[in-house]
Amino acid sequence: MGRLDNKVAVITGAASGIGLATAVRFAGEGAAVVIGDLNEDGGQSAVRQCRENGGRAVFQRCDVAAEADIKALIERAVKEFGKLDVIFNNAGLGGAVGTIEEVTVENWDRTMAILLRAVFVGMKYAVPEMRRIGGGSIISTASVAGLSGGRGPHAYSAAKAAVINLTRSVALEVGKDRIRVNCICPGGINTPLLYNRLPGGQETTAQFLSQIQPIPRAGLPDDIANMALFLASDESEWVTGTAMVVDGGLTAGAALFDRAGAPQLTVPGGFSGPSFEK
Amino acid sequence: MGKLDGKVAVITGAASGMGRASAILFAKEGASVVVTDLNSQGGEMVVSEIAAAGGRAVFQRTDVTSEVDIKAAIDRAVKEYGRLDITFNNAGVAGAVGELENIEARDWDRTFAVLTRAPFFGIKHSIAPMRKSGGGSIISTASTAGIRGVAGLHAYSAAKAAVVNLTQSAAIALGHDRIRVNCICPGGVLTPLIYRGVPGGEEAAERNLARMQPIPRAGRPEDIAAMALFLASDDAQWITGAAMIVDGGVTTGNVRIRMEQLGTGGFSGPSFER
Repeated sequence: MGRLDNKVAVITGAASGIGLATAVRFAGEGAAVVIGDLNEDGGQSAVRQCRENGGRAVFQRCDVAAEADIKALIERAVKEFGKLDVIFNNAGLGGAVGTIEEVTVENWDRTMAILLRAVFVGMKYAVPEMRRIGGGSIISTASVAGLSGGRGPHAYSAAKAAVINLTRSVALEVGKDRIRVNCICPGGINTPLLYNRLPGGQETTAQFLSQIQPIPRAGLPDDIANMALFLASDESEWVTGTAMVVDGGLTAGAALFDRAGAPQLTVPGGFSGPSFEK
Repeated sequence: MGKLDGKVAVITGAASGMGRASAILFAKEGASVVVTDLNSQGGEMVVSEIAAAGGRAVFQRTDVTSEVDIKAAIDRAVKEYGRLDITFNNAGVAGAVGELENIEARDWDRTFAVLTRAPFFGIKHSIAPMRKSGGGSIISTASTAGIRGVAGLHAYSAAKAAVVNLTQSAAIALGHDRIRVNCICPGGVLTPLIYRGVPGGEEAAERNLARMQPIPRAGRPEDIAAMALFLASDDAQWITGAAMIVDGGVTTGNVRIRMEQLGTGGFSGPSFER
């Protein structure tokens, strides 16, 4: 028995990285999955992997910057599999990079269109379908960059913070319809979004990412897929409006002491008394 | 195949409420469970229930204000089942309640002994056996009251906030040992802690709780157990230092403005325009 038996899911950005891992995981747990992506080859390959994992899946080309494409993706789920239980607004990119004075308005708008507007559009068209069947689960990929500054480019950080708050405000509105709205804040996950842009590629990125948080390995797409599965399943039936942090401890705080590679400040064990005492 | 096959768990406050639901779920998913509580009768009943369903569990009476008791509960897991993979610091009380100026220092201290000092002991004594197991998952019950204060629950709110931050500092320190430290922030969950002493009992409490948050039902111990299971399992192997909110949306915000009051869709323009 799968954790998503008889459920129908739409996933954007499902041709690679977090979206791909989630599609395969969902399929393995019994869901029928509509794979949306700009990347057609990757999307078709995702469909094959879903089927190999025992599930049902179809691909539909989707540019999440286009409202019509997202609407069509949701309609495809209903047409193909009869309903919509889960939508995972996941498609992403790094977007406008550089210092604040280097960011062009055009790149800012493109970033917001993909990272924020697409999430809004996904919610907008998913809600009526979910209401029709008595509930559902909306999941979006936010980021630890949406929780504080300095963890991503400016536009990316702003867009991801907006996703977190949009998640909350929509959760308040649709709770009564048993539609749950949550997002996931991944930390440093080794996906093409990252390693295709960094010198040294996947391996170097994995090595770098293994050093930035308390758990000494890079995040894997499966780490996020597992959380998405929990949020999609009935196990989280009373979870809504949350931003689930999956980051290997990256945002847990700073380590003054005792982190490999971090500046060491050695204090003896015991008790540190008032400063006027010796 | 269970999600916790071969794992050994210690759960405090496991005779009722969230602890009980978690013990039953963990055992169903293949874990061996040390059920601990002050309430021996309730604890033994949980053990019988687990055994009747084909699971493995033992009861150990534990007063979580006693470091010796918590260490003994963890030693019992190692002695009985050979290892320790999961510690769920869950035992709780509402503690010192009421108006701030009427709270006695003694009641304040007792609240902290149960809600904050006990998770510290649980973490402290889990480290050595978990290191030996090559890692582990420590979970504590915090609260949405640890994220935002609740008037009337001053000591509780402060103690739970401390649990959230202890979770984070411990997570940073123990990550390299693959010991994960997380907590859960439940909202209004229908447990004896809440309905005990409330006029109308469980039923009235359930009705009140159902209206408190966007999802129109009271929280159930099983809602928290499901999150605890997720955090205990290898599905969460890259999650540490997190405070997982399970509250039906109660901390999401307040509905101050009903959308319909702002009109039926459209756009609200600059104030000088009509």
